Amino acid sequence: MTTTKSPLHDEHVALGAHLTEFGGWDMPLRYTSDLAEHRAVREAAGLFDLSHMGGISVTGPEAAAFLDHALVGNFSALRPMRARYTMICADDGGVLDDLIVYHNGTDEYFAVPNAANADTVLVALLERAAGFDVAVRDISAGLALIAVQGPRAEEILREVLTEDAEISGGTSLDDLRYYACLGMRFGEEIVLVARTGYTGEDGFEIWVDTPHAVALWRALLAGGEPYGLVPAGLAARDSLRLEAGMPLYGNELDTTTTPYDAGAGRIVKLDKTSDDGTPLEFVGRDALAARSEADPERVLVGLRGTGRRPARSGYAVVRTTDDGEVGEQVGTVTSGVPSPTLGHPIAMAYVRPEVAADGTELAVDVRGRAEPFVVTAMPFYRRG
Amino acid sequence: MADYPSNLRYSVEHEWIDDGTPATVGVTSYAVEALGDVVYLELPEVGAEIEAGSVVGEIESTKSVSELYTPVSGKVVEVNETAVDDPALVNTEPFGAGWLFKIEVSGEGQLLSAEEYAQHAG
Repeated sequence: MTTTKSPLHDEHVALGAHLTEFGGWDMPLRYTSDLAEHRAVREAAGLFDLSHMGGISVTGPEAAAFLDHALVGNFSALRPMRARYTMICADDGGVLDDLIVYHNGTDEYFAVPNAANADTVLVALLERAAGFDVAVRDISAGLALIAVQGPRAEEILREVLTEDAEISGGTSLDDLRYYACLGMRFGEEIVLVARTGYTGEDGFEIWVDTPHAVALWRALLAGGEPYGLVPAGLAARDSLRLEAGMPLYGNELDTTTTPYDAGAGRIVKLDKTSDDGTPLEFVGRDALAARSEADPERVLVGLRGTGRRPARSGYAVVRTTDDGEVGEQVGTVTSGVPSPTLGHPIAMAYVRPEVAADGTELAVDVRGRAEPFVVTAMPFYRRG
Repeated sequence: MADYPSNLRYSVEHEWIDDGTPATVGVTSYAVEALGDVVYLELPEVGAEIEAGSVVGEIESTKSVSELYTPVSGKVVEVNETAVDDPALVNTEPFGAGWLFKIEVSGEGQLLSAEEYAQHAG
């Protein structure tokens, strides 16, 4: 399989990154050490190349009505320069992808799907656009996405970007709330800055036109260095999001999963209505409405390891027999890492509802041995 | 191409062994680079008789689990408890304080010189 290279590929190679295939892209797994990069984001800041993420523009007078029909959220209610975490579901309620949608101008929206699902989402949106006065376009090739995440992120941003009321969209960096965005200047260029992320820290995601991506990356590296910023790879991104209790498509989410299974039922707006007040029949609504009232067959839970060995995706969650051996299977691990911040293993798993209560003592079958884990409320880590 | 200590010999599974009696075994800097941060070590038991080329333990990093092979046959006489307690030693000093176990050698598998190993590892 051929992989796509980020516009920042040569920068990563020059920094000595260990590259890996991810969602069809050749991306940095780590630059030096997963743990050091993870800790830098918790204590100072990390710089991420997220150019593998998709980018779909949705514009036109019926853009909001179209998104209300195509996605599970309520976009007619989303104010300009705000963003929303949402999902796109199939008719049967299964999740095709989770994505963030930005309302970045009048009748103008920008959807960011996962790299591996970018084509699926584009095709689904184009199909669902029939009958709406809307234009759906893949604009990802012209854009790079760079994230600055960590407690020093705002200071670093101010070193490199400048505010300009002409392009800000009516807000300022001072007032920029979580899940809000504004236009800023990088030299003469305009970039879109959003206070969003996937790390559990304060931070920003910045869209820049591809020809200026290298210059912005270098400026952020240099400007952030005095604050302790380091480039960080996908390995740190994964352990950071897992500590923050955020799902990853392909692990916690897939087409056999509904938003309710994943504990994200709150983002499904079953009661959204058209302009005239009639209930809105969005894609997947009937299946999701039924699912919202049914008893779940499985529940996504957090697991805290009390031993040293981490659980991994695909391992069985089990009861322990009286003599401490692997017993009956009651679930499956979807993600697991040794938590760099907490110092013990953490994991997410789908388990039977009867063993999903906080404090339930279970085990994970780690290559034949019952490693003890306890059901724990997520997020595992919350910033102070 | 990386330089590997010329006083050691190497296996294609990325272990190194010195010529001491007993001999000391560890994993190479190349293996460590591929593994990422090591977080857990499972080493053979002291007293165990092990066969060259067999799986004798596990090296677990933040992202993956790898099997530990022994490059030689013999009796395990010591394991590095310091590295078990602080697996990061394997990352920082793979050819030194991050050694894994000591063995009374009774037979050898295929072993490479530093130069041959450098070509193998690339």
